[in-house]
Amino acid sequence: MRVTFNANGRPVEADDVWEGESLLFMLRERLGLPGSKNACEQGECGSCTVYLDGAPVCSCLVAAGQVQDREVRTVEGLADDESGLDPVQQAFIDAGAVQCGFCTPGLLVQTHDLLEREPQPSDSDIREALSGNLCRCTGYEKIMDAVRLASARKCSDASEVSQ
Amino acid sequence: MEFLRPATWDEALAAKAENPSALPISGGTDVMVELNFDRHRPGALLDLNRITELTTWESGTYEGQEGEVIRLGSAVPYARITKELSGPLQGLSIAGNTVGSPQIRNRGSVGGNLGGASPAGDAHPALLAAGKDVFVEAESVRGTRLIAIDDFYVGVKRNSLEPDELIRAIRIPVADGPQQFSKIGTRNAMVIAVCAFGFALHPKNGTVGTGIGSAAPTPRRAAEAEQFLADELASRGLWESGGLIGPAAVQRFGELVSAAASPIDDVRGSAAYRRHALAVMARRTLTWTWNEYTQSLRSAAA
Ligand SMILES: Cc1cc2nc3c(=O)[nH]c(=O)nc-3n(C[C@H](O)[C@H](O)[C@H](O)COP(=O)(O)OP(=O)(O)OC[C@H]3O[C@@H](n4cnc5c(N)ncnc54)[C@H](O)[C@@H]3O)c2cc1C
Repeated sequence: MRVTFNANGRPVEADDVWEGESLLFMLRERLGLPGSKNACEQGECGSCTVYLDGAPVCSCLVAAGQVQDREVRTVEGLADDESGLDPVQQAFIDAGAVQCGFCTPGLLVQTHDLLEREPQPSDSDIREALSGNLCRCTGYEKIMDAVRLASARKCSDASEVSQ
Repeated sequence: MEFLRPATWDEALAAKAENPSALPISGGTDVMVELNFDRHRPGALLDLNRITELTTWESGTYEGQEGEVIRLGSAVPYARITKELSGPLQGLSIAGNTVGSPQIRNRGSVGGNLGGASPAGDAHPALLAAGKDVFVEAESVRGTRLIAIDDFYVGVKRNSLEPDELIRAIRIPVADGPQQFSKIGTRNAMVIAVCAFGFALHPKNGTVGTGIGSAAPTPRRAAEAEQFLADELASRGLWESGGLIGPAAVQRFGELVSAAASPIDDVRGSAAYRRHALAVMARRTLTWTWNEYTQSLRSAAA
């Protein structure tokens, strides 16, 4: 079947999609968007997290056909051609929160959503928000640092703008 | 495989009537795992995501149910239940907030939990505790059938839906007293319950509600425990006085809840542990809700 939807602000079309295929597979294998990672295929690891109509979801658990006419935003859609990396991405680099990098795309999307909803999360808010994203390298401390850093930068940017 | 994408509820019912073996898919958090691991190859998927009324809820009064009722669309995700309905559906929203992870809660729904009817589903104990007058609104081209929650679960992962029926909504009375939910697992997220317990006080009609999860072939009510506690609260005038229930009655309640279960030994825990944990959760949720209830009595009097 054919699936048409909006990916990262652009209309896209995938052909010959198998009816039981996941959104993750379609993104990676048919649309050249391999940023979202395929690890557990059962929603446990969060590496495939993308926005679907503004809410972060595991793309391995969405059937490709379910996104017809809807909006998907992947990790590839966080950076902006003009302003460069999203502050969340920059903070992950600066804090050393990326090791093997496999979990990073999912963590970036999930953190991005957290800071949109709650620009100044507490540590327990961060842990709760990231509880569905597994990382086997970092031990999570650098990831916590990265989220705190992104939050601090976002908040200071916002206060500069408002001054 | 076919992918059916009805745009309206009537189209969905017609499609299900025509293809009774088509597998409904809502949030997909159960269905897609089965597909990804090739455990199940249905002839057709019936996507319910386009049917917008399934993701809405309304409050009103309905025949056969006392007081105000929330008619919860089958596909409202847990994240929204916790955000929008934590007061009126206190127990369900606490339970929903323990499901999986934020990503799972953005997709997973009570309709999907009921469709799967797993004994470990976290919505079930909360629905049972919310009252005997919780109804699953099952619909087909033949009409609407209201299935009482006690009649819904019929076996391990089996419910009483007919092959041509879909779940339109769940009718749940608005909480008239404090409700709680408790669940045992190895961590605070991403946990299939070792066992779980839902509890609700219903001061309006002087009853209490219970629901046991993951400790019997189906989710089930601890009927004797409910009766014991309701008698105790009534005969001692505790609903009016808000007095202490006391350790003996709390203990007895825990024992009766534990006795109502028929757990098995499996990878997540032993039967003996499940029985023990259920008694502990029963005592705790009773204590938490009773404290909340007595505080509300006192602040109403002040
Ligand atoms: C990583 C992970 C963690 C999880 N953690 C938990 C947990 O902690 N607690 C818990 O209870 N569950 C958990 N689950 C299971 C799942 O998220 C829940 O059962 C959820 O409620 C399913 O809802 P859904 O909308 O995604 O269902 P779907 O996967 O879309 O459907 C589930 C079943 O219901 C049927 N169905 C769906 N909608 C309807 C309808 N309207 N009418 C008739 N049948 C219907 C489907 O055909 C299917 O059989 C977890 C799943 C994953 C992947």
